[in-house]
Amino acid sequence: MNHSLLFRALLICVPLAIGGCGQDSGTDTGTSTENQSNAEGVIVDVSDPNAQFVPVLSYRTGAYAPNGTPVANGFTDYLKLINARDGGINGVKISFEECETGYSTSRSIECYERLKGQGPTGAAVFNPMSTGATFAITEKAPVDKIPLITMGYGRSESRNGGVFPWNFPIYGTYWTAADILITHLGNINGGLNNLKGKKIALVYHDSPFGKEPIPLLEKRASMLGFELLSIPVTHPGVEQKSAWTMIRKEQPDYVLLWGWGVMNSTAIKEATGVRYPRDQMYGIWWAGSEPDVRPAAADAVGYQAISMVSSGQAQVHKDILSYLYDKGLGSGEREGVGEVLYNVAIINAALVVESIRTAQSKYGDKPLTGEEVRWGIENLDITEETIEKLGLTGYMYPLSLNCSDHEGKRAARLHRWNGESWEYSTDWITADDSVIQPMVRSASDTYAKEAGIPTNACDS
Amino acid sequence: MFYREAGQFKTSYKADQAVFPIFQDKIFVAIWLFIGFVVVPMLASEYMFRAIFIPVIIMALAAIGLNLLVGYCGQVSLGSGAFMAVGAYAAYNFMIRVPELNPLICFLLGGLSATVVGVIFGIPSLRIKGFYLAVATLALQFFTDWTFSRIDWFTNYTPSGSIAVQPIEVLGVVFDSPIRKYFLCLVFLVIFTIIGKNIVRGRIGRAWMATRDMDVAAEIIGIRPVYAKLSAFAVSSFFIGVAGALWAFVHLGSWEPLAFDINLSFSILFMVIIGGLGSIVGGMLGAAFITLLPLFLNQLPVWLGINISTAMISHLEFMIFGALIIFFLAVEPLGLARIWQITKEKLRLWPFPH
Repeated sequence: MNHSLLFRALLICVPLAIGGCGQDSGTDTGTSTENQSNAEGVIVDVSDPNAQFVPVLSYRTGAYAPNGTPVANGFTDYLKLINARDGGINGVKISFEECETGYSTSRSIECYERLKGQGPTGAAVFNPMSTGATFAITEKAPVDKIPLITMGYGRSESRNGGVFPWNFPIYGTYWTAADILITHLGNINGGLNNLKGKKIALVYHDSPFGKEPIPLLEKRASMLGFELLSIPVTHPGVEQKSAWTMIRKEQPDYVLLWGWGVMNSTAIKEATGVRYPRDQMYGIWWAGSEPDVRPAAADAVGYQAISMVSSGQAQVHKDILSYLYDKGLGSGEREGVGEVLYNVAIINAALVVESIRTAQSKYGDKPLTGEEVRWGIENLDITEETIEKLGLTGYMYPLSLNCSDHEGKRAARLHRWNGESWEYSTDWITADDSVIQPMVRSASDTYAKEAGIPTNACDS
Repeated sequence: MFYREAGQFKTSYKADQAVFPIFQDKIFVAIWLFIGFVVVPMLASEYMFRAIFIPVIIMALAAIGLNLLVGYCGQVSLGSGAFMAVGAYAAYNFMIRVPELNPLICFLLGGLSATVVGVIFGIPSLRIKGFYLAVATLALQFFTDWTFSRIDWFTNYTPSGSIAVQPIEVLGVVFDSPIRKYFLCLVFLVIFTIIGKNIVRGRIGRAWMATRDMDVAAEIIGIRPVYAKLSAFAVSSFFIGVAGALWAFVHLGSWEPLAFDINLSFSILFMVIIGGLGSIVGGMLGAAFITLLPLFLNQLPVWLGINISTAMISHLEFMIFGALIIFFLAVEPLGLARIWQITKEKLRLWPFPH
């Protein structure tokens, strides 16, 4: 009796749940028939033998969804745009599949295993979108011969292509970012030497992501004589009372915020709670986007963050709106196009597409393997002309990579939240490579020794 | 019909005390071993090995370990993730600090380290019971989380706290391909299952079960609760510690302290509860259920060709997973192992139920 009741309840519930989701996606992107005719040639099936497969690790659920969703939208929108506007990369369409990781490392590895062999030639390049996952996949990528682009995150020492041939932390590592922030603090104090005796607090996400900048900041602290206060915040970061009580007690001169997801908006709210001035708080580029400051509303005004790219719309956004959103093919909401993280993801996707294009110049216009794409990334040369052609003028910056430098650019600007939008608040600030380079050298040598791999793959 | 034991006469005590006294059970186990050692390696793809078989086997080992403690000895523990962490970090430290050691010995030393921690944190079980003990083991969980992320010595001073290890090498064989890793884990699981099964059949296991059923009565018939409880903690944490070392070295290859957080403890406890308390096969069934069902639910819409967003799939996965757990527990509170047992009883009479 009991059993049959339960069964019936389940029989009713499950179709309801599935029916509910069907309706949901229907309202998102118009009716399904209209959708299908529009989607032709834009969304390519993974099994298409003539398409280049690009795996997408994303997180649209969980504590990191507010930040993960715009990233996933921007990335997939750009890939769709290349299909819709240009008919693919030199005629080779892009197929992609999203895999939800929830920002969990173990789930990311599962997604990696699931997607790496898909498409006619396997995955072209992985963008793990998580430093923890990058650490794990770094061990697997050389075996599977698939490159990783970790734009603005990942292992800092992996910019040394001689030891990490498969990792590409393009546009800056966390060591670079930390050094830029310290340089900026020096600038506003009239020189780095004036940081002596100051107290700088690092409020960080207690994970490989948050811990990455610590070695550089410690080195800088001992060089310049400021006091570094490292305050960890446990995942997912909604509980920060003790961290900010400590900040109220210690009254540091500056707070560096190394957060992601809900941790950022919570931190800004907590800072308001303990009356810590927002204009003395500086975020990493992952803590400087709309979802971070909007929940804190007016309290966030004056908060600054380092920026790979700020918000706004270029030519490419107009194309995305007309080719995708006007036809109901966009990945997210129209309003989200041009937000900070959306733009970061567009730059990331553009790097992927240009790497494949570069690789095609050597291996021909056909779906390429991960190994061939790796060559394309390493020989990437993005000029002002390319950027103009991509419709990203003012959003993407020239860079060229080579075997010994997988980072390409070690300069960034800061942007400030004015209550409504982010606007650049400083000029370009360059990190001091004479500080970072020896650290990269020694960290990658240690890695190579432990892993038993050569340190000079570039010379051969 | 299938499980009829009529005509199977035991002529010696030895035959009567066998692990599988019924002939059909022996055949069944042989079939499973055949599948595990021959069929799966021939048919499975790399994804199946890496994402399905290897994690399930290692988790089964951990779940069997926890089942010894929770299911057989009745001591609720929320510290399995911590024991796995101790096993993993101890094995790592033995390996880098004494490079000459055979990795398999490092795994066992990792297990032994977990045993030591387990016995120390098992001491409160002598005074407190049930939920209170669960809270005490929870403290262990937070303690190890803190230890491995704050004391840099354990992670060999890696800047980010993330450890990367190379494929292990035993007597010239490098366990780098998925199939080799699979065999390694499977051999571990088989050996530990045999050990576990025989412990619970013997004197120690009976002492555990007596303690579980009523500790005062057990004490009166001459079982010392100190030995019973602490030995359960020791054996259980040894199993879980070895599983932790395998999880880190064979499955993950690179891990951070977050890999062994409270969620892992919970999922192992769920495996034990859903699989069936006090059953070795229950640990395996529970591990398979908890590890595979989310993956299955996650990929089902793609297989069926239903086009819905990954976020929605993820939400559905959580909802259906939760609903199924409640469903199974409502239908059969004693777990999957009990369902298996009922199936066997039905098969005994089938097709003539009366």
